[in-house]
Amino acid sequence: MSPGKISEYIIESLIKLSGLIIVGFVILIFLFLFRDAVSLFGGYSPGAFLFGRNWLPISEPPQFGILPLLIGSVYVTAGAIIICVPLGVAAAMYIAEVAPKSLKHILKSLIEILASIPSVVLGFIGIVWLGPFLKNTFGLTTGMCGLTGSLLLAFMAMPTIISISEDALVSVPRTFKEAAYGLGATKWQMLWRVMLPSAASGIIAGIMLGIGRVIGETMVVMMVTGNAPVIPESILQPLRTLTATIAGEMGETVSGSEHYYALFAVGLALFIITFIINLIADISLQKARK
Amino acid sequence: MVNVNPQVIIQTINLNCFYGRMQALTNLNIEVYKNEILGIIGPANSGKTTFLRALNRLNYLNPTYSQKGAVIFDNQNADDIPDDMLRKRIGIIFALPQTLPTSIFQNVAYGPKVHGIKKKSELQGIVESALKKAYLWDEVKDRLDMPAPRLSGGQQQRLCIARTLAVEPEVILYDEPCSGLDPISTAKVEDAMGELKSDYTQILVTNNTKQAARVSDRTAFFLMGEMVEIGLTNTIFTTPQDKRTDDYVTGRFG
Amino acid sequence: MNFARVREKIAFILLGATMLIIVLPILLIIWYIVSNGAGAVTWEFITQPPRNGMKQGGIMPAIVGTIILITGTMAFSLPLGILSAIYLVEYAKDNFFTRLIKLSIVNLSGIPSIVYGLFGFTLFVVYCKFGASILAGALTLAIMSLPVIITATKEALEAVPQSFREISLSLGATKWQTIRNCVLPYAIPGILTGTVLSLSRAAGETAPILFTVAAFYLPRLPHSLFDQVMAMPYHLYVISTQVPNMPLKLSFATGFVLIMVVFLMNLVSIVLRAHFRKKKQW
Repeated sequence: MSPGKISEYIIESLIKLSGLIIVGFVILIFLFLFRDAVSLFGGYSPGAFLFGRNWLPISEPPQFGILPLLIGSVYVTAGAIIICVPLGVAAAMYIAEVAPKSLKHILKSLIEILASIPSVVLGFIGIVWLGPFLKNTFGLTTGMCGLTGSLLLAFMAMPTIISISEDALVSVPRTFKEAAYGLGATKWQMLWRVMLPSAASGIIAGIMLGIGRVIGETMVVMMVTGNAPVIPESILQPLRTLTATIAGEMGETVSGSEHYYALFAVGLALFIITFIINLIADISLQKARK
Repeated sequence: MVNVNPQVIIQTINLNCFYGRMQALTNLNIEVYKNEILGIIGPANSGKTTFLRALNRLNYLNPTYSQKGAVIFDNQNADDIPDDMLRKRIGIIFALPQTLPTSIFQNVAYGPKVHGIKKKSELQGIVESALKKAYLWDEVKDRLDMPAPRLSGGQQQRLCIARTLAVEPEVILYDEPCSGLDPISTAKVEDAMGELKSDYTQILVTNNTKQAARVSDRTAFFLMGEMVEIGLTNTIFTTPQDKRTDDYVTGRFG
Repeated sequence: MNFARVREKIAFILLGATMLIIVLPILLIIWYIVSNGAGAVTWEFITQPPRNGMKQGGIMPAIVGTIILITGTMAFSLPLGILSAIYLVEYAKDNFFTRLIKLSIVNLSGIPSIVYGLFGFTLFVVYCKFGASILAGALTLAIMSLPVIITATKEALEAVPQSFREISLSLGATKWQTIRNCVLPYAIPGILTGTVLSLSRAAGETAPILFTVAAFYLPRLPHSLFDQVMAMPYHLYVISTQVPNMPLKLSFATGFVLIMVVFLMNLVSIVLRAHFRKKKQW
């Protein structure tokens, strides 16, 4: 073989290997989380972990029930999604069909800017401004609660939902629109009755990805939701999410302790939850492409 | 193994081509002679382009493509020749002039470069002679650094011919090379083909029956994936054996 | 005006109002950080290490740390991301393995950043015995950045006209020669844009570096890949939650420098995109 052929063989092997490495990473991530997570269940029952109502890692004996954390995550996520989805889809409709072209570019850039603001900066805003503001406005005992987190997370998920929904709306076939206009529909009727339904799978994909983003977000919730690992009664109370628990407690655990393994079990739960959510998003995205 | 006429450079044996389940070419047996210009005529979707691209295996760029039967090139089964070597020896000119967005010089020098020629002076010689053979040299010799996409359509198509010639193929395939060109540019491309006859075997797929009549030595008529008839161009256009050929060349359909 | 027209008018006004509800806070947040932070950013703040329990001085080690981490991230993720995108676009056939890779990328893009942090800690810090170090942190951020880089590179490769590949192959070039000479050069702008964007995101990430590299307080600069560093996002987290009586001015200034770095990278990517789009000839 000539030197050219040899180097070509090497590079092509590397290219094929890189695909394998990507798959390898996912397997590695799963295996390493799994390895440490199952170590917990040597001495702690999976039932108590999944359905336990108390997360008390340093009490004697320790309790590792993830229910309060899971419910905390669900509260914050649900709050964020309820705020974010109507606003985001409406914004996508505005950008796709209503906004004049020049404004469209400005709005899209602004959304991109929002996407690039680091979460720790938003968390900081929550601490110094939004939290105190909510506390004073609604007369709460503390501004560090689920609602503060939900509001900030709603903004973090906004770029994902807006851009994917907008893509879905824009890619509705022109013939659909023309048919609607041909029947004398106004632009709004066309947008509401024709484009929105045909873009549904794309929009659902955007919402799912938004949920995935919110559930996995760590810094904002750790900084602004008050970090109380109890089952919250309302979104106005301090709570603690799955992500914040890992971030907040990992530094204090002893490697190899039950607490340490419990945090990996929480990580594994997050891995599985987000995997399912993203899978659903991906499936509806592929459906939207057809 | 295969009974090969010494003059034959390409031969297909029971060639069947498919895109997915759709059959594009059925039981094709054809022989191409050295240094001839073989014209392939027929209406759209008659398998002409599939035949052409089967010869240098470009069809395989389509992932749904499959073929049965054999293409014999220079006494060898084409499947046994590595793709890059086969395509170096069987060049192709596409329907629309397709240039790379680089300079005229770089377009022509691309082939020789990938085949290992590095020396600038050598490349310059190759580019010059290829452009001359393609009847383009006089028009571009002062602006070889100009981006190729800025040339006119006809010039671009001759640039494509020059680019193919620069790798010194044995066979040149033309896939409706003049479909987008004006009559003057077409004439120039045809002139170039006539000039290349002494050194190359050329196969010309065309929608324009008159063009086949003008330039080819033999002509084959394809219809719906089958070869209806092949013969001397003169015969095909004056006394074809098959009624369908007659109908097509006299313009009754197609 | 008929009823449908009136309804349309109202609907569009509501949509516009929604847009405003989204856009205003974005501008407000930026203005809030800039107006409170810009004034506190002095030459000393950028060039000096923190002093007096981080309540005085600057954030130089955190800026340098973030730059080092980003460079390291790029060194790992760029080659791997580009190679695997090339595999998917140019080599992969529609088979099980390809679907597995695509599924893996979907999965990687969805994994929460804190889970990357856990993974990086158990694999790189503990199992590979790198300790909390630049190497462990950069590797963790690199794996997290891969999906964005791969997706951007894929799109850039797919945008290169198929005819370029056909021309090259028809002249007898091999597959790799074709990719190198007739595909990659025209995909580079898109690849660069996506890479810069993904790195700007990595620059702002905190969770993945929490346990893998970030130092609470480390005024000196690192000597090797196995040293810890400070990083801007983590520093902002620390001073806004862990340090009592922190002068707010310094927190704002840190936030300001951080978003400026991230915006600057975004700007670079936007300028790159515009520049290459103008030059594009096909």
